[in-house]
Amino acid sequence: MRLAAEGLAIGHGRVRVAGGISLSAGPGEVLCLLGPNGSGKTTLFRTLLGLIPALEGEVTLGGDPAGRLSRAEIARRVAFVPQAHLPVFPFPAREVVLMGRSARLGAFAQPGPADREIAAEAMERIGIADLAERDYTRLSGGQRQLVLIARALAQEAPLLVMDEPTASLDFGNQARVLGEIAALAGRNLGVVLSTHDPDHALALGTRVVVLHEGAIAAEGAPGEVLTAELLTRVYGVPVSVETLPGGRRVCVPAIG
Amino acid sequence: MGAGRRTLSGVRLGAGGVAPVALLALAVLAAAFLCLLAGPFEIGAGRALAILFGAEEGTREARVILGIRLPRVLAALLVGAALAAAGATYQAIFRNPLVSPDILGVSAGASLGAVLGIFLALPVAAIQGMAFAGGLGAVALVSAIGAAVRGRDPVLILILAGVVVGALAGAATSLLKVMADPYDQLPAITFWLLGSLAAVTGGDLWPTLPAVAVGLVPLVLLRWRINVLSLGDEEARTLGIEAARLRGLTIVCATLVTASVVALAGVVGWVGLVIPHLARMITGPGFGRLLPAAALMGAGYLLLTDTLARTMATTEIPLGILTAVVGAPFFLWLLMRGRRGWA
Repeated sequence: MRLAAEGLAIGHGRVRVAGGISLSAGPGEVLCLLGPNGSGKTTLFRTLLGLIPALEGEVTLGGDPAGRLSRAEIARRVAFVPQAHLPVFPFPAREVVLMGRSARLGAFAQPGPADREIAAEAMERIGIADLAERDYTRLSGGQRQLVLIARALAQEAPLLVMDEPTASLDFGNQARVLGEIAALAGRNLGVVLSTHDPDHALALGTRVVVLHEGAIAAEGAPGEVLTAELLTRVYGVPVSVETLPGGRRVCVPAIG
Repeated sequence: MGAGRRTLSGVRLGAGGVAPVALLALAVLAAAFLCLLAGPFEIGAGRALAILFGAEEGTREARVILGIRLPRVLAALLVGAALAAAGATYQAIFRNPLVSPDILGVSAGASLGAVLGIFLALPVAAIQGMAFAGGLGAVALVSAIGAAVRGRDPVLILILAGVVVGALAGAATSLLKVMADPYDQLPAITFWLLGSLAAVTGGDLWPTLPAVAVGLVPLVLLRWRINVLSLGDEEARTLGIEAARLRGLTIVCATLVTASVVALAGVVGWVGLVIPHLARMITGPGFGRLLPAAALMGAGYLLLTDTLARTMATTEIPLGILTAVVGAPFFLWLLMRGRRGWA
């Protein structure tokens, strides 16, 4: 199953945010989307998920245009991890994860023991089984993010789209979630994620797309694309890219 | 942390599935029987039971129990259950624990319909029909506005449109009150706007009951999806739910339920706002358990309130006044407890 976009122009109504976007992600790939605030990452994700129509071009999921699929069919093909938010009602974390099963239930059906089992396994995988009975609204931002990732796993879709999955996590949980994403790609899921940290793209991206000033500024293998020159231009601060002993590369912005 | 939920006193009750609902059902049943005994004409419990099981017919006592008190008790149960169930539904789908069944102009529209019916001196059945049509009409208008305004938060637009349509209907109702005959029509209008079950007869219940049932059944069936919808439209859509369609269907059902009982009892406020809060404290927000708990608590609450309304003083106190006197301070207390109160 591949998620692909061809000649995509995105925006809200008549307001065009970016155009000329082509990208693709399939089994075992991690496509990282970089771009400064306001470059249209979230709008792009909403378009990829079929939540808003593309202004031009087309998004396909497994070869079928997303616009012609039902919401349930889209949800069976691609799971979405939104940024952690605070809902109004205090569902237990277990129930929030269970909601990932909705696309596989009939209109009048309730989740059954098999669904509960899958939800429990997803929480186990992410290492949050102990949060199951806690109220989702009383968890920390990082814990909520982990619950949403577990929910996406419970959805059992071959594709995973994650909007800044590490944004509200502490240092340790960031590394943990990045490791989990790499493991998911290892299990042949296709992952598209946005991030503010080029290091994350360098660490686990198989491809990177850099969105800047309404167009794709660069695209390719992270090690080749993410140069000091490009990052300096896109983020507007001097950046140097260093290689650590062992070969891993990190981006270091100049401060002050 | 144990499997339980905070209750009023902060004590944790088991969140176990059926037990709270079954207990509530028993309590409501017992209360209903006790309320059958309440009234100026004294009838003992044993005698009342005999009458209920058909062992006594044609006596004065039997006529009081079966002809006067039983319809009224059943009406109170039905109206309370319907308003609380509709309130729980609206709160879930609008993701706002402060909304009530009249949020989309149902009550205002139904009031306008009924007041117009009284003004035109129509028979009682026609007045109820007008109330029903007015309630549905107001919500249809609100939904049409919601569909016409695109590109904004659809929930916010619906609620604002409900306020606007409600205000317009309220203005039209006021105009009719000014024009109405002050000796004959105006008292009837006022009494109706305050809500009352005093005029309910057994025959009135029959058209209301199926209408309420038709509205409630889809809500029960869709209980899981309504949970998902309460996360918000976009998130529900990414989880595979056709959010706009589901909300539309749910609004139609909840409106049908509300309009049917407003047509029967007039405007009874606060029940649909306060009771779902209380129910949520016992069952948690899961709609599958919340809906029956809210319906039972609403039924019990309105039963007690209506029994007070008819027995407290020699003249009947309009129901809407009592529900406001009890509901408003309680709601204030909920607000002061802060966000915890949504639990």
